[in-house]
Amino acid sequence: MTLSASIPAPAASTSAQPKQAFLEIQDVVKDFGGGAVAVNHVSISIAQGEIFALLGSSGCGKTTLLRMLAGFETPTSGRILLEGKDLAGLPPYDRPFNMMFQSYALFPHLTVWDNIAFGLRRDGMPKDQMSERIESMLKLVQLTKFAKRKPHQLSGGQQQRVALARCLVKRPQMLLLDEPLGALDKKLREETQIELVNIIEEVGVTCVMVTHDQEEAMTMASRIAVMSEGRVLQIGTPADIYETPATRFVADFIGNVNLMDGIVADDEPDHVVIRCADCSHYVGHGITGTIGMPVAVAIRPEKIRLSATEPQDEHAPHNKLRGKVKDISYFGSFTVYHLLLDSGAVIRVSESNVSRYREGQLTWGDTVWASWTPTAQVVLTQ
Amino acid sequence: MKQFVASLRSGRAAVIGIPYLWLLVFFLLPFLIVLKISVSDVDGVRFKDVLSFAEGAMSLTLKYSNYIFITQDELYFKTYISSLTFAAVTTIFCLMIGYPFAYFMARAKSTVQPALLMLVMLPFWTSFLLRVYAWKGLLSEHGWVADLLTFLKVDHLLLAAGLIPALDRYMNTPFSLVVGMVYCYLPFMILPLYGNLAKLDVSLLEAAQDLGATPFTTFWKITVPLSRAGIIAGSMLVFIPCVGEFVIPELLGGPQTLMIGRVLWDEFFSNNDWPMASTVAVVMILLIIVPLAIFNRYQAQTQEVRR
Repeated sequence: MTLSASIPAPAASTSAQPKQAFLEIQDVVKDFGGGAVAVNHVSISIAQGEIFALLGSSGCGKTTLLRMLAGFETPTSGRILLEGKDLAGLPPYDRPFNMMFQSYALFPHLTVWDNIAFGLRRDGMPKDQMSERIESMLKLVQLTKFAKRKPHQLSGGQQQRVALARCLVKRPQMLLLDEPLGALDKKLREETQIELVNIIEEVGVTCVMVTHDQEEAMTMASRIAVMSEGRVLQIGTPADIYETPATRFVADFIGNVNLMDGIVADDEPDHVVIRCADCSHYVGHGITGTIGMPVAVAIRPEKIRLSATEPQDEHAPHNKLRGKVKDISYFGSFTVYHLLLDSGAVIRVSESNVSRYREGQLTWGDTVWASWTPTAQVVLTQ
Repeated sequence: MKQFVASLRSGRAAVIGIPYLWLLVFFLLPFLIVLKISVSDVDGVRFKDVLSFAEGAMSLTLKYSNYIFITQDELYFKTYISSLTFAAVTTIFCLMIGYPFAYFMARAKSTVQPALLMLVMLPFWTSFLLRVYAWKGLLSEHGWVADLLTFLKVDHLLLAAGLIPALDRYMNTPFSLVVGMVYCYLPFMILPLYGNLAKLDVSLLEAAQDLGATPFTTFWKITVPLSRAGIIAGSMLVFIPCVGEFVIPELLGGPQTLMIGRVLWDEFFSNNDWPMASTVAVVMILLIIVPLAIFNRYQAQTQEVRR
């Protein structure tokens, strides 16, 4: 590759590599037959104590991968190693992993206490030791008062905490979470995200979670693997993935982005100029390429500034364009302006609403200038 | 508009009312008549009225001697116990055969499930009487099943258990009776169990395994408790008709196999003692109502749990 477009910004790469591989997924393939391959040559290594998220839309293979870790599915090929030991052939009930199901899968005929005790009873733990452990676990998830209730007598959030307690009480080597907050409403989800991470960190268990919600992945996980159609597209910290996406798909999937196709017009040691339909980009962060090479420029809406008059700065005539306000989406804390460009393309610009008053603000049909700094863009080749 | 709502409401009442009316006319009323006959005195070939008016007085005559007789004559007591035992044994066998059957049916691929369900119901396409009669041929001397059982030396086992009187003799024994009843009532066990097990959330079974339960433990700790409603429904559907079964004991049963249905038949049509026959019938209904009440209570409880 001549254009090393996705060289991450400084300081991003060090945290992307795990300290030491605790769980190693090596070239795993799962083929259910019938054409599509659910998981396609996936390799991931996960460090001890990490919260790792598999992020992707439905049908991308993330749940299948998680189920292979739990032992419910067998990989067609490839290996899964825990501290160097191959897990192949180990049934779910012999794996030191516990999984929290999307539906929580609480046993409806058992009380909260018995649900949590279920796993310990299977291990044949002595009674007094067991009740001690369950007590402390109930305390941790703040459900001591509800021990005698049946699952259907609890709220969604409480059920979720029972499911978590039921997994953690077994002190698994790894906690598997399948859409841990998928069944909760938005407000509760935000509160629970932090709470869940706090509990997991307090216990210190390594955790693999599956989610389709990028906010959930970014808030909770220390590293994220973005998956699509059975493949892992990028692995990195939330900031890596947001600020330096490796592909158009990742850039588009995580957050909002304006993608502009263009070609490399000028390649200097300290910058590159990329010409697009509506503007030209002056990209200042150590990338290089051949003249005439087709690339895509990705720029996040919040990294664009708006002004009524043409901005005059050192990079003129680059990094700015003129457009007409087509749509305004007000979100409370910020507003997204959709600018119609001369070519007919639309870009999105988001501005924080720092003032309560809307006088002098842009309105439909206004012509405005948008501009950005030479470090705002990401140049993508794939 | 108001009129429309009112007519809608009366329509609803009719929809709910018709089945109730049906039960009232064809179940409660006949039952009350039978109850009345059981306490009436016979005057030649006519029943005397329970209520009589004479000389300005209304007198209610309830002849309860039949009920006393039933408790005193050992035959009736033995027959009731025997009926309940045969029904219970049949229910247990139906459960033992039907449960795995229903389980694998519910776990089968969803494309083959309708076909399997069809196969369970297929025997209903042939007359019940014919199917029971066919067992006569299969179990009598040199019948296929009889020969097979003898070949497999099952008759030694059955003889030891006292279910057949001699080796290689299967017909008209407790064994043939139970075989016939299990065969006929098996679908009534399978269908409610299948309905229940098909709804069982597979993720619960996975969760149990994930928490360290072997498939065997998962079955006993999760699957069986959660299918309790299906087990009870199926057992009731088998047990209740089995207690009063007449045709199968008549065709496949023997001298040892006392069943209340046959006693009932004899009282009605051989002895022509209708009050006695009605008494036997009323007591049988009471015997059946007890387990039914338990079932209803349980259903109400689970409904409360679901709510």
